[in-house]
Amino acid sequence: MKIFSPLSIVLFFTLHIGCAQDNPPFIETPTEIDYTYEIIVDGIDIPWGMVFITEKDFLVTEKSGIIYRVVDGKKTALTGVPKIYLRGQGGLLDIALHPNFTSNSIVYITLAANVEGDGKGGNTALYSAKLNANKLEDVKLLYKAAPNTKKGQHWGSRIVFDNQGHVYFSVGDRGNRDLNPQDINRDGGKIYRLNLDGSIPKENPFVGKDNSKKAIYSYGHRNPQGMVIHPKTGKIWEHEHGPQGGDEINIIQKGVNFGWPTITYGINYSGTPITDKTVMPNMAQPYYYWIPSIGPSGMAFSTSGVYKKWIDDLFVGSLKFEYLERLVIENDKVVKREKVLDKIGRVREVIESPEGYLYIGVEGKGILKIIPN
Amino acid sequence: MKIFTLIYFLIVGVVTTFIFQEKTKEDSFIDGQEIYHDFCVQCHLTSGKGVSGVFPPLKASDYLMKNIENSIAGIKYGLRGKIKVNDEIYDGVMVNQGLENEEIADVMNYILNEWGNSFEKQITTQQVIEIKKTILK
Repeated sequence: MKIFSPLSIVLFFTLHIGCAQDNPPFIETPTEIDYTYEIIVDGIDIPWGMVFITEKDFLVTEKSGIIYRVVDGKKTALTGVPKIYLRGQGGLLDIALHPNFTSNSIVYITLAANVEGDGKGGNTALYSAKLNANKLEDVKLLYKAAPNTKKGQHWGSRIVFDNQGHVYFSVGDRGNRDLNPQDINRDGGKIYRLNLDGSIPKENPFVGKDNSKKAIYSYGHRNPQGMVIHPKTGKIWEHEHGPQGGDEINIIQKGVNFGWPTITYGINYSGTPITDKTVMPNMAQPYYYWIPSIGPSGMAFSTSGVYKKWIDDLFVGSLKFEYLERLVIENDKVVKREKVLDKIGRVREVIESPEGYLYIGVEGKGILKIIPN
Repeated sequence: MKIFTLIYFLIVGVVTTFIFQEKTKEDSFIDGQEIYHDFCVQCHLTSGKGVSGVFPPLKASDYLMKNIENSIAGIKYGLRGKIKVNDEIYDGVMVNQGLENEEIADVMNYILNEWGNSFEKQITTQQVIEIKKTILK
């Protein structure tokens, strides 16, 4: 035993270090910087979600419950915004335009809600509304996750659309990882798919299955705060906050289980393990995972060529390290990670404008535009 | 009749105490710990040490211990602008987390008595109710 003790100590530390090892490719700081930024609009504490109507006209959500319409850099708060349940990480979340917005003026909004007749607490809801100048009209509740809880964590949420008339949105596990993400009869820890009018598509994966929420498209998620349609493949790219370590990028597929919390590359904030499993049959592996966690929020591809060296690269905001992360993807793999605008602040949102510029929402600062030199 | 009156007042008294009595400081501390780990821990950390220059410490924090009412108001309404904590300047934003008054009292009792911090008096829900936004100027 005396012989084994020092060996087991060495083994323990080797394993321990092994768990905490950074996942390559490692983050780089560029030596040459050929871009700068301009503050387009300021005075927004938490610019959570953003969408362009035209290059000079966009909508921004402020988590505390305001939607701004920003025209030529001047912001006006919209009226008619649905009431939010402000709690912890929850508030006014994402905003997106209907694929036929130019003809029908419909916008989609996700937010933390406690609607009439609900129990105490709140959960994530998807609304649609018509934008008329600076007013929201014809506000409709399309989906409300249930049950309510007073937990402050993990509401999601991002909104995207495919070309087949569907809207997708995410809801985090609502701080109840033991019950929600793996149970398709419960809300939370899911990506949902609805028709644009809010009805359930007949071809949804769990339609016809007993004891299931029919709006679910994929499950086993923790807290997805980034979703974007890949400009070439049309697939849904998503990222989600892991626990300590184990933030993930996933490519979302119909009916797939993404494993949380049965499998994860992360550990509890306290340092204790959640599970010893990173792989299980019938559970998808992440496309990429971040160790250490960057606290990802917002997700966009640069497609335009405005930034010549960044074409087709993926951009993700880092709340934790306060930069915008550029991920270079080659042969279906993340091969390079780089800091853009290091120490800029907590980057909550990133989006490509109609003219191809990257705009970012930075907490305490507002909306910034990245301009190539 | 005397006995009836006595019993009557005894029952009313017990019920009233049961309904209106503030929970004990110990119970408030325990509930506050749960609130802390749900709403505060991401920035101020399990250790209460925060992150130097970014998120102020709560452990051995002169600002907290000397500005109880401002601290309550900060949790209740959010806090922005410059504050000096243990000789370090912090110029950030703590947003309103949407806590109820009782939860604010609980989390105050927790942070005032954890990590070696010690504050004799109990923060009550009534005290939180009475704190106005104006004290933050």
